[in-house]
Amino acid sequence: MKNLLKSTLAIVAVLVAFTSCNNGAKSGKNSGALANNVAEKVYVAPGEHDEFYAFISGGFSGQLSVYGLPSGRLFKVIPVFSQDAEKAYGYNEETKPMLNTSHGFVPWDDAHHPDISQTNGVIDGRWVFINGNNTPRIAKIDLSTFETTEIIEIPNSAGNHSSSFVTENTEYVVAGTRFSVPIPQKDMPIKDYKGNFKGSLTFITVDPEHGNMDIKFQLIMPGFDYDLSHPGRGKSHGWFFFSTYNTEEASTLMEVNASQNDKDFIAAVNWKKIEEYVNNGGGTMMPTNYAHNVNDENTHMATSTMKKEVLTVNPLDVPGAVYLMPTPKSPHGCDVDPTGEYIVGSGKLSANLTVHSFTKMLAAIENESFAGDAYGIPIIEFEASLAGVVEQPGLGPLHTEFDDKGNAYTTFFISSEVVKWKVGTWEVLDRQPCYYSVGHLMIPGGNSQKPFGKYVVAMNKITKDRYLPTGPEVTQSAQLYDISGDKMELLLDFPTIGEPHYAAGCPADLIKPRSKKIFNLEDNKHPYAAKSEADTKVVRDGKTVHIYMTTIRSHFAPDNIEGIKVGDKVYFHVTNLEQDYDVPHGISMIGANTSELLIMPGQTETFLWEPKQEGVWPFYCTDFCSALHQEMQGYVRVSAANANTPLKWSLGEDIE
Amino acid sequence: MRTTKKLFLVFASISLFYSCKNKNQGAPQVDTSTNMSEQSNENTGQAFIEDDEATPNCLQIAIGSPDHKTLVAAVQAAQVENALVNVGPLTVFAPTDAAFAALPEGTVENLIKPENKEVLANILKYHVTPGNLSTTILTKLPKLGQANNQYVNVEVIDGKPVIGGANIIASVKAGNGIVHVIDKVLLPPSEE
Repeated sequence: MKNLLKSTLAIVAVLVAFTSCNNGAKSGKNSGALANNVAEKVYVAPGEHDEFYAFISGGFSGQLSVYGLPSGRLFKVIPVFSQDAEKAYGYNEETKPMLNTSHGFVPWDDAHHPDISQTNGVIDGRWVFINGNNTPRIAKIDLSTFETTEIIEIPNSAGNHSSSFVTENTEYVVAGTRFSVPIPQKDMPIKDYKGNFKGSLTFITVDPEHGNMDIKFQLIMPGFDYDLSHPGRGKSHGWFFFSTYNTEEASTLMEVNASQNDKDFIAAVNWKKIEEYVNNGGGTMMPTNYAHNVNDENTHMATSTMKKEVLTVNPLDVPGAVYLMPTPKSPHGCDVDPTGEYIVGSGKLSANLTVHSFTKMLAAIENESFAGDAYGIPIIEFEASLAGVVEQPGLGPLHTEFDDKGNAYTTFFISSEVVKWKVGTWEVLDRQPCYYSVGHLMIPGGNSQKPFGKYVVAMNKITKDRYLPTGPEVTQSAQLYDISGDKMELLLDFPTIGEPHYAAGCPADLIKPRSKKIFNLEDNKHPYAAKSEADTKVVRDGKTVHIYMTTIRSHFAPDNIEGIKVGDKVYFHVTNLEQDYDVPHGISMIGANTSELLIMPGQTETFLWEPKQEGVWPFYCTDFCSALHQEMQGYVRVSAANANTPLKWSLGEDIE
Repeated sequence: MRTTKKLFLVFASISLFYSCKNKNQGAPQVDTSTNMSEQSNENTGQAFIEDDEATPNCLQIAIGSPDHKTLVAAVQAAQVENALVNVGPLTVFAPTDAAFAALPEGTVENLIKPENKEVLANILKYHVTPGNLSTTILTKLPKLGQANNQYVNVEVIDGKPVIGGANIIASVKAGNGIVHVIDKVLLPPSEE
């Protein structure tokens, strides 16, 4: 017995020694230039600009934040699906329609996956798209104004999660449902989910010139949960890949019941084939109801239009368009490398990464190497499309991004780390801890043929002791790593807004030259605009009063108004006459049941005031605009509902 | 004797399985003293945060238990503390000191040697599964996918779940999941 144990030990020792191969590589790292002071690598001197923009979603804040890399400085928080009292988004009359849905005004959503528009497979920096999960929506943010300019609701969807990723010429932005639901919605027992609920994958066209979105078709898939997706590129352009979980089609205690199958699927969708089918009259028009909200840059107003039908496609009607690739254990990330050859599935309950080959997938389809079907959709044999497996790189793989040197970087939620590995050999090259519980990660240009492999940003859900404590809720965070060398190097921690769920980034030079400085007053087509002080007026229409007001440093015109009565609905339509860069004006009225306005040069915005008490009530400029900002104020006289006070207004003289 | 043989096979296969993988795991990644980003992986991370307010996590429960001295020593030797404290949720099967003592003589002593860290880590990960799985839920599951990427079978005997042949003696709710105290060390199968 003892002898046997001894020999066991000896053999184990030898084997263990064997496993330590390649550890010698450690000696060469961080030498030379890489050993420089880390602070210098993230220091952007006062007045200097960052090299990259990073658009980091705010998750449950419903917003999108704009950071510079490598400094981690926050430049702007763009309200998308959430009302923002700072900018009056969703509060002023112009932008309220942006948040309209088939369920009415929904002033919040869960903003997840920003993705920047592309031309020829390369990031073009024109728009960033982002999905709202909860009340399914896709928004478009114009990167010349950094404002949300369009939101389209997604019908037949629920928990719009595998969204909003763009194809390599921004032909489509794609939105996949997380929750399968009855399509169309109907009253039915939950227990009858299996086989009856469906999952919709929505393909939204983007007008190449103006970016206007329009739902082209919805693919009505089996009732799985569709988690994430990414477009094919290069050789696989024309395909789209969606990860799925809950192929069990369970509806309760999902943490257990959706984890029963050894493998779920990555669905491969040949959208070009379906597009052709649809262009030739294929598909079924289904009655539905969804909102399409568009901001007009000339009128500075959004309009909401209810659409009443959507074109649906049954995958079985388009043979050869949809296949399922088995992928272990509830894959989350579904990431395509810059060449378009490899599709990486991150089975979040697996310790391995599964990599599919596009070439092998096509061959498997050609050879009909199928392992059966799911509701008539062919399932490709696991081995047939398998390119390789990254063995035990960490626990809880989540998302993979790529650099421009053939390396991949995967986050691991449970083991809380970023792991660098080699595409093609599947060899683990490096790992760095994240503090803590990292979700997604971002390399600028990551979802394109041309990533900029200088930095990776890891986004952490948990920080616990990493920052000064702020009560039970502490900031979530981003961590910046230098990936220009063989080994990753942690450079910077910075706090983020809401949940930094996902991010997209690109070189600053793509966006900087196109950034708008002012809106031309001449082009202002707002129906209540006053383009000069001579155009200002106050107009009564029954109990509704429209004030055509202007602002310029440092007064409002008019700034004295009389003849308003208790019970009136008073609309302040305020045009900022400034045509100077970075001179917005604000306005707020005591007792107004809404936010301030923050009006950009050349823009008109409107808020509603419903005075409830007689008196003389002041309003003032809320944005510190000038040396005489504190003088920028005015009064409104409110009389009793039955009073005879005449409607008059003035600037620079008394109302007689 | 038979156990020893089995153990031998397990070790051999695990070691082979591990060849050239995870080579950087657990080791400090940055070693230049001029580098300000230097982060030692030892004794950093969520496992080492002082917090006496929140419900103890799986690791803290093990550390606080008089019956899990060997397990805690093993966790520390394998430096897998941080695998037990993340938000999970996790289900941890915690063999008692008696369960470790039932292994062939010298096994534990050998496993906690630094050179066997990977083997030990693999065995320990075989005791952890994602999800907050009560005994009631466990009776409904035929097998569990463990954190080392292998499966352990679950049988139901007399209405109670038996995990890879181990009985659940007690269950303790943790801040990040649940700890089931078991009477046997789970050894990863030699083949996947």
